[in-house]
Amino acid sequence: MTRKLLSDYGMFFVLLLLCVLFSVLTLKEQMPEGSDAAARLIEQINNEFKKSDIILVVGAVNTGSGPFAEAMFEDLRGEGFSNVEKVVGIPRDLKLKLDDIRAKGGVLAAIATTGDVPKWLVIELIPEKYPEFSGYKVLAPKSYMWPVFLKRSNLLAIVDRIVVIALIAIGMTMVIITAGIDLSVGSLIALSAVIGTLLMKKMGGLHASGWVVLIGFLVGILSCGIVGALGGLVVARFKVAPFITTLGIMMMARGLAFMITGGFSIYQVPKALPWLGQGYSLGIPNTVVLLVVLYVAAHIFMAHTRMGRYIYAVGGNKEAARLSGVPVKFVIVFVYIISSLAAGLGGCIQASQLNTGTPNIGIMYELYVIAAVVVGGTSLSGGSGRILGTLIGAFIISVIQNGMNLLGIESYTQQVVLGAVILGAVLLDKARSSGGMLAFLHKKKKY
Amino acid sequence: MTKEPKPSDTLLLEMSHIDKSFPGVHALKNVSMKLHRGEVLGLVGENGAGKSTLIKVLGGAHPPDGGEILIEGQPVNIPSPTAAQQAGVSIIYQEFNLIPDLTVRENIFLGREKTRMGLVRAAEEHQKTLELFKKIGINIDANARCSELTVAQQQTVEIAKALSVNAKIIVMDEPTATLTTQETEHLFAIVRDLKSHGLGIIYISHRLDEIFEVADRAMVLRDGEHVDTQDINNITREKLIEMMVGRPVESEFPKRSASLGRERLRVEDLCRGKAVRNVSFSARAGEVLGFAGLVGAGRTETMRLIFGADKPDKGRIFINGRKTDIRSPGDAIRNRICLLTEDRKGQGLVLIHSCRENFGLPNLDRLVRGMFLDQRRERKEFSVFVESLKIKTSSQEQLTMNLSGGNQQKVVLSKWLARNADIMIFDEPTRGIDVGTKYEIYLLMNRLADEGKTIIMISSELPEILGLSDRIIVMHEGRVKGEITDVPNSTQEDILSMAIA
Repeated sequence: MTRKLLSDYGMFFVLLLLCVLFSVLTLKEQMPEGSDAAARLIEQINNEFKKSDIILVVGAVNTGSGPFAEAMFEDLRGEGFSNVEKVVGIPRDLKLKLDDIRAKGGVLAAIATTGDVPKWLVIELIPEKYPEFSGYKVLAPKSYMWPVFLKRSNLLAIVDRIVVIALIAIGMTMVIITAGIDLSVGSLIALSAVIGTLLMKKMGGLHASGWVVLIGFLVGILSCGIVGALGGLVVARFKVAPFITTLGIMMMARGLAFMITGGFSIYQVPKALPWLGQGYSLGIPNTVVLLVVLYVAAHIFMAHTRMGRYIYAVGGNKEAARLSGVPVKFVIVFVYIISSLAAGLGGCIQASQLNTGTPNIGIMYELYVIAAVVVGGTSLSGGSGRILGTLIGAFIISVIQNGMNLLGIESYTQQVVLGAVILGAVLLDKARSSGGMLAFLHKKKKY
Repeated sequence: MTKEPKPSDTLLLEMSHIDKSFPGVHALKNVSMKLHRGEVLGLVGENGAGKSTLIKVLGGAHPPDGGEILIEGQPVNIPSPTAAQQAGVSIIYQEFNLIPDLTVRENIFLGREKTRMGLVRAAEEHQKTLELFKKIGINIDANARCSELTVAQQQTVEIAKALSVNAKIIVMDEPTATLTTQETEHLFAIVRDLKSHGLGIIYISHRLDEIFEVADRAMVLRDGEHVDTQDINNITREKLIEMMVGRPVESEFPKRSASLGRERLRVEDLCRGKAVRNVSFSARAGEVLGFAGLVGAGRTETMRLIFGADKPDKGRIFINGRKTDIRSPGDAIRNRICLLTEDRKGQGLVLIHSCRENFGLPNLDRLVRGMFLDQRRERKEFSVFVESLKIKTSSQEQLTMNLSGGNQQKVVLSKWLARNADIMIFDEPTRGIDVGTKYEIYLLMNRLADEGKTIIMISSELPEILGLSDRIIVMHEGRVKGEITDVPNSTQEDILSMAIA
């Protein structure tokens, strides 16, 4: 059982290893942030200070300490502290506030804050600049060690970055299992986004309802599906190589996207547009929900339905499949439709994430998608591969990019490393399937 | 038979106490062999007996674990195919090593081009090629592309190529598997010619008739062991089979008393290009109908039309008296027809998939529960066939590419048997399959016929077609040339006379 797991999802362990590696490399002292951290400080303040003491709550703007300060301020008021002051902003705002307190003749009893704020120069210089505040204390929740990589915000960023590629990779996996390839997906992202948002603009623009967004999305996705059906027919019926067929579609779809918008972006979109790409349901990002649902469905489809088995058979041996009664042409058209629909959906998510429809999104995405599929263990020669492997492949790519960003590696180096990792992953996979790494290294020349 | 050149007593090759193991298999156990100048040694044995391994040891593809190879009395070390070539050993495999897009001349001199200042001296090569062809008495255009040649011609090019590197020992692995009768005769003539030039030939074949016709001695391998080597004049066909199988065999073809039912299939005026011309015939329930003819006579093409694999130009197909439209293999399967293709690996199996998945492929419509596949039932159904057909596999999940030819054929059989078709078309069902498994397949075909199924069998082996069929249709150049109804009183010559002229 474990052995089968290893051979089917060996890349899973590569992904785990990468996560561990980046976790160790980005281990850093962290200050608790947000409202939870505030609650812990309240108790301390309750014990040490009188209700009339001047307590200054400080948060840096646009960081986790901001919400912390807001929550702290409200809680202290609720506890009955009458002289609570709040600063959420930049160090200069704090300095102005301190001047203000001094001008009123108040005596600062405590500064409650978190994050990087205690290191602000203004705070370090208080004893010098404000000698009258001699008895004050700086209060902050206890710090702890935690990898930046594993912070919730970072994990969400990883998902955000890969969700479009991972979704499209579902369809691409099916296409590649039939020994095909679909280069058009990157352009279809743009086509779907542009058609969808243009429709939204025409149907009311900024003031349109959520239904209009839904209609726009559906029309965008279906347009891509039609393009995919045509491509699939060309491949299945006229036996044109998938590479060439989809290369042609890739150029045409990109051109169409630019033609439709005249080269401009579409900004007059409904307020409900970002819901799909940026919204949350029950505390989970909608994109994550979508990703999980679609991957589970695709896995079940490929492993447990007749059509799934047919897709593998067509890729494994087209003629044997046909002579076993498999409707080969239908299967081929089907996978290109699925791939295009997935690309269309990817376009909707991308438009939703960016809150606009732009004809130049999704460039080069087809290559990242193919890389994700191949890293996930699907063979380009067809007949074998796993949907869940593709998910792992997509995450490997995203984790590497994210990890390198965190480590401050510049983007040119990142490309080199990413390319090398993709090659390495595939070599590793080949070694595993040909009987282990050692056998691979010691393999005798074959004649 | 013309004057047979006699082998000399000079020892050309001696392999002694060769031992070879692969993980889990002891492929060769202390095997010894001798080959004289001007001798043809027939190497026989069932699949997996160790013939190919022995040849690969000689050809440098597998280094032996133990033993010694002597060529003309000198011990030689053959670590690679190049070394084998230098030692004078040429092996002609079933799959040729010719490059289709190069000419005959270019293939013969591939890797050893005659050059001057980096340029190929085509004229000199051409001259040498013609000399070679003259030596073995063949007439092929040296400038033709190999893809334009027939299989037989490609084979002679391989032989010429072997001679051009001064081979002393030529190994032929199943050389006649895809040859017509005349081509086979021609090949034998070349073999005899090579003998007379003092070459030693190791000839591997499943077709025992050929061994008796062309070999001087027959060497039998079984389970990696050398059973015996006998002078061909001192041994009977029965005795040879017994040595190969390891037990006495009563009859090569199991007997059966046919009881024929109603007409099941009728084909009228079926046409497709030049391959199939106005073919009409009918077959009854419980009948084994043999299709004889030369390779390329249109038998396979006819069956592909009936199965919906190709589109006919015209023609009608009646099943149980009803005109039936068959546009795709799927249609044929729904009309209870199945086709076991002659090309098992290319058309019968998805080699990179497991036995179970291959078994399931044409049966998935039955193996679903609601939207989903019922894989437990699939496994259960397949396990019944694994047992009844004695499919040797480590598990149902074993990839079919790792099975022997006989077991691959059994997996193909299982997937169609599970369909329970009424009309079963077997195209060369025993090609490349060992004697023991052949017999099992014959028994199975007889049983199916007894159960009232219609069996159509294409075979190029005349003894097989005479031994099994209730009726034989002979095809020639796309047409039905004749029919033999009194099979027990007919001979191979009866079929051949129809098949050739």
